[in-house]
Amino acid sequence: MTGLAPGPGRAVAAPGRGDGPGLAPRLLSLYTWLLILYAIVPIAVMVVFSFNQAPSGRVTLKWLGFTTAWYGHAFAVADLTDALVHSLEVAFGSMIVSVILGTPLALALARYRFRGKAVTDMVIFADIAAPAVVVGASLLSFFLTLNLPRGLLTILMAHIAFNVAFVVVVVRARVSGLDRALDRAAADLGATPWVAFWKVTFPLILPGIVAAGLLAFALSIDDLIITSFVSGQTLTFPLWIYGAVKTGIPPQVFVLSTFIFLGGVVLTLINTIVVRRNLP
Amino acid sequence: MSGRGKARAGAGSARAERAPARRRDRRIGKAAVPYLLGLPSWVYLLLFFLVPLASMLALSAAVGDPIVGYSYGGHFAEFLDAIGQYHRQLLRSFYYGALATLVTLAIAYPAAYWIAFHGGRHKSTYLFLIMLPFFVSFVIRTVAWQFILADQGFLFGQLKSWGLISDRFYILSTQWAVIGGLVYNGLAYYVLPLYVAIEKIDRRVVRAAGDLYADPASTFLRVILPLSAPGVFAGFLLVFVTDVGDFVNAQILGGPGTYMVGNVIQDSFFVNQDYPMAAALSSILMFLLMVAIFLYARAFGRERIQEYAA
Repeated sequence: MTGLAPGPGRAVAAPGRGDGPGLAPRLLSLYTWLLILYAIVPIAVMVVFSFNQAPSGRVTLKWLGFTTAWYGHAFAVADLTDALVHSLEVAFGSMIVSVILGTPLALALARYRFRGKAVTDMVIFADIAAPAVVVGASLLSFFLTLNLPRGLLTILMAHIAFNVAFVVVVVRARVSGLDRALDRAAADLGATPWVAFWKVTFPLILPGIVAAGLLAFALSIDDLIITSFVSGQTLTFPLWIYGAVKTGIPPQVFVLSTFIFLGGVVLTLINTIVVRRNLP
Repeated sequence: MSGRGKARAGAGSARAERAPARRRDRRIGKAAVPYLLGLPSWVYLLLFFLVPLASMLALSAAVGDPIVGYSYGGHFAEFLDAIGQYHRQLLRSFYYGALATLVTLAIAYPAAYWIAFHGGRHKSTYLFLIMLPFFVSFVIRTVAWQFILADQGFLFGQLKSWGLISDRFYILSTQWAVIGGLVYNGLAYYVLPLYVAIEKIDRRVVRAAGDLYADPASTFLRVILPLSAPGVFAGFLLVFVTDVGDFVNAQILGGPGTYMVGNVIQDSFFVNQDYPMAAALSSILMFLLMVAIFLYARAFGRERIQEYAA
């Protein structure tokens, strides 16, 4: 790694190298593209094999010929579709609840000094840093102790528990970046704190809340480890796939995942464009 | 803070003449604001994060079985049992986790460095491309690797038919497949904090090193690397903890010989239904990771790790 080190400063300082990028940056550029390729290969496999023929109804390792049949029957595996619906329900539910719970705490942490702040910080950090296996095992221990049957509700509870911390961190970053003078101006103009919040602060932190909500949604819909502990007989989309790996997965798994992938990419690009337009 | 207080007090004083009592109420009310704002989250995290951790500890010290029921109490023998039976999987988890995280760091750093220093106008495009795996479910990514690495898959199957590799060559169900899967899945999580840290480095400092005749290697080792340390440490924490606790890569890409502690915890809960054993193993894992994180935070400062982890 050391050989690849020269920074831009060095390139400027070295006579004769100022005209264009040196050898090292060019090698690094090639390297970065190789890394991007590495990141994309499994995604390409997923998309390509969603168009592969599969006479047995299970994805095969060999290329048997192009077909769009699986896209025509994307929802034909009923319990897979049910699992996807469960995942979407939990993702929406946990997104909304964790934003409602987490946003006020983020405001408190960003704007007030109070006793217990350090402890709160630690708990939030622990919630994010805790390994998923431990969070899952502890929630299952808790539900077993309470004799609470596992199902969609316990999955939702678990997802809110890890999403709250992420919402707090994301919204807090947005609130901390705000100019307090805006609040003061609102107060000087006679706004009560309540009115000032909804008319001034809330619109300004809304992008942070939206970002936090999207992150919560993404974390929830992708979670496998924690969900696997608290799901009981209920299956979410990742859990269904995990369970089907041993017996072979139907091509619909790749089809639906391709849909989710494209949906996520399109949403992100739209979001980026909207944010760029709104910049002054 | 003080300016806002003054403005508040100014606005309140006219009314306060009429109702001093109400003013005091409002002050008490104001002090309560952060607590009221925090209350819902605190209650939730207490109920669904802290209490479950306590009940896991309690369950690990209980005896009984799911049918008869449990008697809770200080049956700490379970911990010794857990270590005695599964120390191999515990050690393996930390070994895989450390190795995978180091490899992830080594492959992520040059790219993060190049994007931050030479990415130009397209920085966010490069980052977006490296983040693309985020848009595919974790389990699908791992299944896709199982496809790619399969003994008779389109990659090795083809190479074997050309005679380029031995017919008996395989990677699946070895530790290299598991570590490779961990590396792939941790990549995007490591590039991001590295990029943020390297991007923050003041270019003038780097230029100064060059002006003072530091050669590229020492500029990197003595200026850039130390300044990017927050990203290195935050990413290490994030990826290491995730890798040590993972069981999905070991399940899909590995075999019985690559079982990690997460697999054993899963099996103890759902196959053997030995809940105290499962809880004891999770508690041991949590304890070991807490010690590691504590030492880490002591050496480095929690605030900064937190900042980057976010």
